[in-house]
Amino acid sequence: MSNSRTESPLVRWLLIGIALFYLGLFIFMPLFIVFSTALEKGIAFYFQSLGDPDTIAAIKLTLITALIAVPLNLIFGIAASWAIAKFDFHGKNLLLTLIDVPLSISPVISGFIFVLLFGLQGVFGHWLRAHDIRIIFAPTAIIIATIFVTFPMVARELIPVMKAQGSDEEEAAITLGASGWKTFWYVTLPNIKWGLLYGVILCNARAMGEFGAVSVVSGHIRGFTNTLPLQIEILYNDYDFTAAFAAASLLAFLALFTLVIKSLVEFRYQAELEAVHKNKAH
Amino acid sequence: MLLKQKSNLPGFHLALGYTVLYLSLIVLIPLSMLFIKTSTISFSDFWNVVTAPRTLAAYRLSFGAAFIASVINIFFGFLIAWVLARYRFPGKKIVDALIDFPFALPTAVAGIALTTLYAPNGIIGHALSQIGIKAAYNSLGVVLALMFIGLPFIVRTVEPVLQEIDPEIEEAASSLGAGRFEIFRRVIFPTVLPSLVTGFSLAFARTIGEYGSVVFIAGNMPGKTEIAPLLIITKLEEFDYTGATSIALVMLIVSFILLALTNWAQWWASKKVGLS
Repeated sequence: MSNSRTESPLVRWLLIGIALFYLGLFIFMPLFIVFSTALEKGIAFYFQSLGDPDTIAAIKLTLITALIAVPLNLIFGIAASWAIAKFDFHGKNLLLTLIDVPLSISPVISGFIFVLLFGLQGVFGHWLRAHDIRIIFAPTAIIIATIFVTFPMVARELIPVMKAQGSDEEEAAITLGASGWKTFWYVTLPNIKWGLLYGVILCNARAMGEFGAVSVVSGHIRGFTNTLPLQIEILYNDYDFTAAFAAASLLAFLALFTLVIKSLVEFRYQAELEAVHKNKAH
Repeated sequence: MLLKQKSNLPGFHLALGYTVLYLSLIVLIPLSMLFIKTSTISFSDFWNVVTAPRTLAAYRLSFGAAFIASVINIFFGFLIAWVLARYRFPGKKIVDALIDFPFALPTAVAGIALTTLYAPNGIIGHALSQIGIKAAYNSLGVVLALMFIGLPFIVRTVEPVLQEIDPEIEEAASSLGAGRFEIFRRVIFPTVLPSLVTGFSLAFARTIGEYGSVVFIAGNMPGKTEIAPLLIITKLEEFDYTGATSIALVMLIVSFILLALTNWAQWWASKKVGLS
């Protein structure tokens, strides 16, 4: 290897050392502290604190929320990426920017706009109260706010993948007489399945972990409107640290699982890209 | 009509129609509530809220800490991206995968973990208190939490650019007699600069409105360690919708400006790549 592109071993290891120190401080230590605090009173206590009825209720609400939010945003992500990646139309850049909006505003504002919409002082407040429908401080608002916050997650992963695939294969299928749905199902979907999987996993992780937006609309009613992150806050503020970190460890596992899927997907894409290059070379 | 180019692929109107409908229902209509609510507030009321000392202190903390954290992350983010793109060391694959951990970890979990670490009785906080530094329950704690949150945005925008730099350019510069520092300053840095700007604006935009990871470590003293999103929540709990809306509106406008800056930086980066 020519040494014009690299530094002396001393500089190299110094830079690696600084990088690892920084990552140790900000990534390894927090990860370690979550699991060590969760298990500090032993494995039996760990499972006992996870079995607390309020924590179980919070896990249930978190699962239900993700089960509704993720499929809706998945359908949107497929529709949006089909339109954006396969066609060239006016206003595309504006649409792309608008799709990103939920990611660029404060989660507290994301929750607040739904209070303005459905709260007692809100636009639909009187009508909702007259019809005895409760949205704010009820699970409905938590689900709606979660859909808002995780809105772009699938679309953002799918758009670049679909763009990279191009439309030659789909055009060939259509020319040969396949229907649009069949083309999508048998041609497009196999090509994008890994990106789709990561988008769904990421969207799910964000849906289960959302805190700020959900906190504003929930009302923090124990056993009724607490998701897992809100339950963690309550336990922590009650100085019940072991139980708080036990609940937090579930979400940390989810985050690690998400990263594993991401690495797998990247590995798959790399293999596929290399295969494509090889075929082109022949 | 909308299409710039005819295509024989089906489903354009259905896909775009559904996209726009869903976007309007979930994002645009709810977000417009903030502007509708603003239109009912007189300018003097708005001005009184956003220039109140407590609000100004909250803005200063949220924007200031986000700025400092993002600037620090430019240096460390670049260094980490450099190490990952160029060097080999044991455990690199795991380190590379864990870069996204702050992005994948729910903010409340990050918040309690960082607070436990940096509190005066925590592992790192105790060491820091020995040398007279108070990390948690202080504005330094806010900066630390935002450094955690912003890191992946900078590493992940810079890393691919560093990987794509053609080795031949560096070798050519080297054979022409340029030293490592000279090559870095005149070849590598200009190439990476647009991605550093993009990464900075992404991290800055993400961290100014951050709530979950900060609220535990901040201390939340009004006028001192109270972040702007928390002040919005406080106003809401007091049923002061005018106050909450005014504070939120300023934050929203700053977010939109940063979104525009990010788009511009990405356009700049793609133009630069296209030219070279």
